[in-house]
Amino acid sequence: MSKALALLRSHTILALVLLLALFVLGIEIARPGTVTPLWVSNALLFAAPLAILGAGQTLVMLTGGIDLSVASVATGSAYILATNAASGDGFALALALVLGLAVGIVNGLGVAVLRVQPLVMTLGTGLMVGGAMTVYSQYMLASQPHVPAMIQTLGAGKLLGLIPVDLFLWAAIAALMLFTLHRSGFGRLLYAVGDNREACHLAGVRVWRVLFLDYVLCALLAAIAGLVLVGGTNAADLSLADVYLLPSVACVIIGGTSIFGGRGGYAGTIVGALILTVLTSILTLLDVPEPVKQILYGAIILSLAAAYARLTA
Amino acid sequence: MSAANKIEAGSAAHSLSRYLRATGMPLLFLASILATLAIHRDFGAFDVQSLALGALPLAMASTAQAIVVISGGIDLSVGSMIAVANVLSASLMQHASFRQSLGLAVLIILVGAMQGAINGTLIVLSRIPDIVVTLTTGFIWGGVALLILERPGGGAPSDFLEIGAGADLSSVLPNALLLLIGAVGVIWVPIRSSRLGLSLYATGSDPVAAFRSGVDPRLARILAYGLGGVFCGIGGVALTMTTGIGAPLAGAYYTLSSVAAVVIGGVSLNGGRGGVLGPVLAALLLTLLPMDLIFLNIDPNYGQVIQGTLIVLVVMIGGFAAFLQGRS
Repeated sequence: MSKALALLRSHTILALVLLLALFVLGIEIARPGTVTPLWVSNALLFAAPLAILGAGQTLVMLTGGIDLSVASVATGSAYILATNAASGDGFALALALVLGLAVGIVNGLGVAVLRVQPLVMTLGTGLMVGGAMTVYSQYMLASQPHVPAMIQTLGAGKLLGLIPVDLFLWAAIAALMLFTLHRSGFGRLLYAVGDNREACHLAGVRVWRVLFLDYVLCALLAAIAGLVLVGGTNAADLSLADVYLLPSVACVIIGGTSIFGGRGGYAGTIVGALILTVLTSILTLLDVPEPVKQILYGAIILSLAAAYARLTA
Repeated sequence: MSAANKIEAGSAAHSLSRYLRATGMPLLFLASILATLAIHRDFGAFDVQSLALGALPLAMASTAQAIVVISGGIDLSVGSMIAVANVLSASLMQHASFRQSLGLAVLIILVGAMQGAINGTLIVLSRIPDIVVTLTTGFIWGGVALLILERPGGGAPSDFLEIGAGADLSSVLPNALLLLIGAVGVIWVPIRSSRLGLSLYATGSDPVAAFRSGVDPRLARILAYGLGGVFCGIGGVALTMTTGIGAPLAGAYYTLSSVAAVVIGGVSLNGGRGGVLGPVLAALLLTLLPMDLIFLNIDPNYGQVIQGTLIVLVVMIGGFAAFLQGRS
């Protein structure tokens, strides 16, 4: 028993996968016949946008930061895409990504150059984007927002009726994330800066460049996640990604990345995002009112995070 | 630049940042009042009253946030706790008498204290960072608010609403302003000057040093969150006074804005520095801004953009001062 516990301690990802399996098993036992290939495919479809948001959040949390503007950026990029689609899909897509880029640059300047606490900086930019979108929507009332077919395919389509299209994007991002974090100098620097910023500075690392790029990448990933989300819902509204703020942080924490920086990785976040998606699925199966679901969801996230902190302490 | 010059520039930047921290907010507030008077000549007693009433819930939320931040934490569940107090008061007071309402208000404030204490206890026991715990409990309290009142509704006796909305308690100041001064003056001021207040500042400044000086930082943090909960409770009841109803989703605004007010009000997010006056003035400023926009015939939705810009500018100026300091 203690041997098993020690194994889990040293390979926390195993514990996470085990937990995920337990959740899936729980569903199958409670409602036999629920877990079908279609169910798995749907779970992957819904997990992808969360995992992409989580990818950005992982990048900044590895350096000891946090980005609370990801939800606003995702909503904003989705809204911009839908309202500009009439002027051409490519143009709208570029504009949506430019929003992510712009917010990322502002966040990066504040956090990396002016050394503002990431929490405050991203809270501020999140408010700015949210407010700007509300104002922008007043001018866009006349136009008919629509989501380009390409993005609908990305967010809701399935290859051969079973393989979600967004899984390919997710897989590409995951491969890039894993490669960057473990095989590139930039990735090493993210861990190093998160571990000890001062030591990096003394060792000759231009810390601000690392952090700047970090926040730009996070905002870009958030913008991409917004596109996947709006493709899935096929309706852009101004609260599209609001509900994803907590899960985007939670999937990283549950995945074992320390909020103080320097420890963790994207593999854990992937499993974290899957766990949260399956958890949502379980809560949907339970026949309880929406507020109760919300309370249970929060309580379970909190206990998972606490258990994780215990396990690795 | 010679070494002496550099040191001088550094200390100048240092004293500038200290000076701004202490006086920036009152000056900014004064400027915005003057600007308001310039825009809107008729700004009079009635406008002061509606400003004070409109700002009351946010001022309470900012006080709550300030206390938590001073003691070294951050509470992202402020808005949800306000929502809980708001819907609790609106649903319980709907058919209550004035006297019962007063009793219920006290009870609801105690519920707020309990929620805050739960936040603090979870943080201390689980050792999960404050941001994560309160982000999650904020989600949970939000669910609780929805459970109490599914959609906007409820109410309170009109005499009770008059406590906040009226102007009859004193001939000079509107009731809402008196309530604000009263709540902060009666609860926070005595605590601040007591051992408890000192322990909150000490914990926020350096928990290890606080521990070695005989303070229990864990207890101090729980008390800080509990105290924050008290002010969230007051804020929620004040929101009922302001709007006359309970709305389960109305709280969301207060989480972000309270952090904004704390930052603009000169409280250091590293803990241990700042007071409650700055955040309260910032809350008034953040409420005044949309009013000014309406006077100017500008879409009040710009208020949120300005608020975000203001946070970013304030922290960037602070960061710039530190940057200059660091170069010397």
